[in-house]
This record gives sequence, C-alpha cells and structure tokens, in this order.
Amino acid sequence: MGKTLAEKILSHHAGHDVKSGEFAMVKVDFTYAHDGTAPLTVQQMEAMGIQKLNNPSQCAVFLDHAAPSPRLEHSNDHQSLRNFCRRTGAILFDIGEGVSHNIVSEKFARPGDLILGADSHTCTLGALAAFSTGMGSTDIAAAMAFGHTWMRVPESFGVFLRGAFPSGVYSKDLILHFIGEIGADGATYKALEFIGPALENLSVAARATISNMAIECGAKAGLFPSDALTRLFLREHGREHDYRELEPDADARYERKFQFDLSRLEPTVACPHFVDQVKPISQVERVNVAQVLIGTCTNGRLEDLHIAARFLKGRRVSPETRLIVTLSSKKVYLEALADGTLQTFLEAGGVLIGPGCGPCVGVHQGILADGEVCVGTQNRNFEGRMGNPKSFIYLSSPATAAATAIAGRLTDPREFL
Amino acid sequence: MKIKGKVWKFGHGITTDHIAPGRFFYLRSNLPEFAKHCFEDVRPDFISKVKPGDFVVGGENFGFGSSREHAPIMIKLCGIGAVLAKSYARIFFRNAINSGLPALILDTDQINDGDELEIDLGTGTLKNITTGREMTAPPLPPVMQAIIHEGGLVEHIKKHGRLKLD
Ligand code: SF4
Repeated sequence: MGKTLAEKILSHHAGHDVKSGEFAMVKVDFTYAHDGTAPLTVQQMEAMGIQKLNNPSQCAVFLDHAAPSPRLEHSNDHQSLRNFCRRTGAILFDIGEGVSHNIVSEKFARPGDLILGADSHTCTLGALAAFSTGMGSTDIAAAMAFGHTWMRVPESFGVFLRGAFPSGVYSKDLILHFIGEIGADGATYKALEFIGPALENLSVAARATISNMAIECGAKAGLFPSDALTRLFLREHGREHDYRELEPDADARYERKFQFDLSRLEPTVACPHFVDQVKPISQVERVNVAQVLIGTCTNGRLEDLHIAARFLKGRRVSPETRLIVTLSSKKVYLEALADGTLQTFLEAGGVLIGPGCGPCVGVHQGILADGEVCVGTQNRNFEGRMGNPKSFIYLSSPATAAATAIAGRLTDPREFL
Repeated sequence: MKIKGKVWKFGHGITTDHIAPGRFFYLRSNLPEFAKHCFEDVRPDFISKVKPGDFVVGGENFGFGSSREHAPIMIKLCGIGAVLAKSYARIFFRNAINSGLPALILDTDQINDGDELEIDLGTGTLKNITTGREMTAPPLPPVMQAIIHEGGLVEHIKKHGRLKLD
C-alpha cells in the first residue's frame, strides 16, 4: 500500500516508516511563535529550566500581531521577546517585517520539511509541500528546546481538483466552499491532500490561501505536492536549491475522497459568525458594509493585491465604506510599491497598514463599532474576532472584497468584470 | 483521584475567542487578570459564580479556532476540575493536556447545566449525581496520559529532562 504525503514526510522525520494512526517522535526543521503566543513560550521554557535552544537558527519569533504596539502591555511583551532572541540566538522578525506564515513561506519552508508554529494557521506552509501544523506555546517551547516533538500521524483526505476557475472566482472561494461542505470539524485530526490536474493552474500563492484555511475545518495540515510551480516560487525567492520533488503515491490510502470541478464554483462567502456558514454570493443578502479588509496571512500576497487592484483601478471606494489594506510581508510591500499597486489602493480611497496582522485579530488598527459589518479576506469571522462582539464579519476573496468596497455593500465581483 | 462539582454547560461552537477574548489579549502575560474575562461574552456570570472543582461542559469541536494556550490555562485558573465535551479541536485538546487540565470525551447531551457530577480522573468514570446516570470516557493515548498524570508538559520535562514518548 502506498503512502500519503503526510505519511511520507512524517516517516522521513521519524527515521522509520510510520502509518496513519501511529504515534511517533519526529525531528522538526523549523519552529516559530509570534508576539501573541511567544511570551507564554518564553515563560514555559523558563519554568522547564531550559536556557538553550536546540538549534537557534531553526527558531524564529515574529512581532506581527500587535505591531507596532498599541499598548504598554504589548510593548513590554515585545521587549521581552527581543531580549529572548538576543539571549538565545533565535531569529527575530521585528515590527514591520510581516506576518509569520508569509515570511516563513518566503524564506524558510522547503518541500518535505516538518514545521511547527505557535499559531493555528501554521498549516499555510503546506502550500510548499511542507508538513506544517499549529501547536500551543508549551509544545513550541519543547520543540525549540529539543528539536523534536511527538505526533500522531494523521489519516488523510484526498481532495481531487480539476478544471479551471471561471472569471471572478479564486482559490479563496474554493476553500470556503469546501469548509461549508465538510463543516468546521469535518477534518479534525486529518491531513488534507490536494491533488489533480487543476494544480497546474494554482500558483503557490493561490495554494497558500487554501492551506492557510485547512485548520478552519479542523485539519492538522493542508498539503500540496511539489511541482514546477513550487520550483518557480522558490526560484523567485532566491532559493531554488531548496526544491525537492514530493507527491503522494498513486495508491495512497485516503480515508475520504472529495472531487471538485473548479469551473463550477462561484464567488462564495462565509457569513457571521462561523467560517462554515458558507453561501454562494447569489444567495446572500446585499448588506451594507462599513469596513472592508484586504490582506492578512490568508490573502495578503502580491497576487491577492493584484486581484483586488484590478477592480479598484480607476474607481473609488464608497463613501459609506472604509477600505483597509494590510500587506503580508515587507517583500510584498516593496513589490506592490514598485509596481504601482499601492498607489491604486490609495487613489481609490483605501488606507494602507504596514506589514503585519493588522485588524484581523481585533487588537488594533480597525476595530469595528457596534453593529458594523466587515467584509474581509482573512480566515476567521468568529463573534468578537475583530475586537467587538457586537459586530459582524463576512469572509471573501480579494475580488469580492474589492467589489464590495466600491459598491458599499456585499457585491458579486462579476458585476464589475 | 475523584473530583466533585457543578456543571457549566456550553453549547456547540465554543472557540478559544469565547474562552479567552481577543480584545483582552493585552493581558496575556498577566494570566490571573486575563482569566477574569473567561467566557465573558457567552456567559457573563461565569467568572463571578464559578467554584473550584466545577466542570466546563461543551458540545462538538470544543475550543476550535486560535491556538492560544491561554484558553485552557485560564479555565484551569478559574478552578475548573475538568472539561467535558463530545469532541475537541485538536490544538485545544493537546494544550489542555499540556496545561494539566483534564479533558474528557463524553456524550455531553446527557449532562445539563447545573448538574452535580463526580468524576474519577484515574478511570475516566463519571457519575451524574443529579440524574443518577453513569458514563465512562475513553482513555487518552499513553503519551497524553503520562503528561496529564505528571501535571502537564512543563512538569513532564522537568521530571525527564526531555520529551518521553513511551
Ligand atoms: S493575519 Fe490574522 S489569522 Fe493570520 S496570523 Fe495574523 S492574526 Fe492570525
């Protein structure tokens, strides 16, 4: 019987063959935490009596969640994290560098790697054929200290993709549709493995949006095989030498199988207050929208900004609506600056926020007022997620978000094509 | 070890944002203060009325969403003796065990808000004193059993000097 991608990667890191359902001690290639979770990691490491990291060059701390700091409590946490990095040699990405997952994908993640992060959306790196998953601060402390962790090898779901997206439809619509179908706990403990001919049309950026949201149906990982597009991405980021060919065996055993024809999808949104409250846009009331958010680790890559800018070019954001754009990394910021994308956002009436999580997690930079509706490209719409439990969040693609910003109410992007 | 207490029943869809609201995340390095906002938006009276040894009882997929380990630690700081749910989100479950907070998998439809329970954490058996019903939770995988019996992952590492799988 062949191996799934998850079994292949975890076997390699266990040093012996492992199958789904088995527990194994696995070597970890890269471990990271951010200003939301790292303070507890540091505290727990101290409580464990650990002074040294197993390999500091494989550990990183990102200041992205509340960056620059809006309150003295965050400032003090940032200070102690900077000191931790100085003391241990862990790599520090200070404010303005961008969101952890995006930077790890640009600089570190390699096909076949095992990567852990103290953040649920660590699964993003599955887009590069790395097995990556989120854990809590204490598990991350142990992984940084010892360079390995224990893991249960997950069963995999095979998601077979064929066809190409119709215009106005993107990978965000696909993953929202999938989560709506399977439910917020439909893949708990499982690895999703995306396969099929449609992968040829899905860039690493488009894949990353899908992998990023694997956790929203409970999955432990959202994996893509590596291919020519993976190699292209690595080349564009100056590290083609990190490329390695990796795919599931043709006779891999999948616990469940799904099939999607991308050409049959339409723009899709998740309605308040759960990510699996999914509807095609044609079936959603055209609510008035106070704020639109474009960016975050889900949809803040250059490709996403280009999609949104295409709609906003030469148009203006509705006077009833605020448009906030947050860039996922400094690299993306510089590229979008150089090619005029940022100017498009500004001329359309948008507000730019430096690289980081921005208003996604409700600590700063765009907290909603009572009763306000936000349409955003992020990955979560839980009650209170953006800092106010009396507000409402819809999740969409960058195209739907841009069309909504122009119209001032939830709008099908195909109306502007 | 047997523990006894009253049930705080929550429905489906409890996220770590409900347990540890993001807007108070600036308190994350002051967990006793952060814990005063535990479940604030779902059950405003929880924090003023919860008693040591009480139980938090959820439905499906308890604790999904953000990986914040502050959530199970805050529940523990409120004095909760164990969490019971039909199923858990993966990260929350692992975090709960690492924090030394027992998390049992049980058919919680049979448990009502305010019920008195007695739970034997060694055997996973539950006696509902209010209804007379008895249930048993499936055992944890051995590695998690070891961690929870040692009082959490920090204690585990202090004891063994490393991660020990068997
Ligand atoms: S952008 Fe949002 S979802 Fe992504 S890491 Fe930051 S807070 Fe989390």
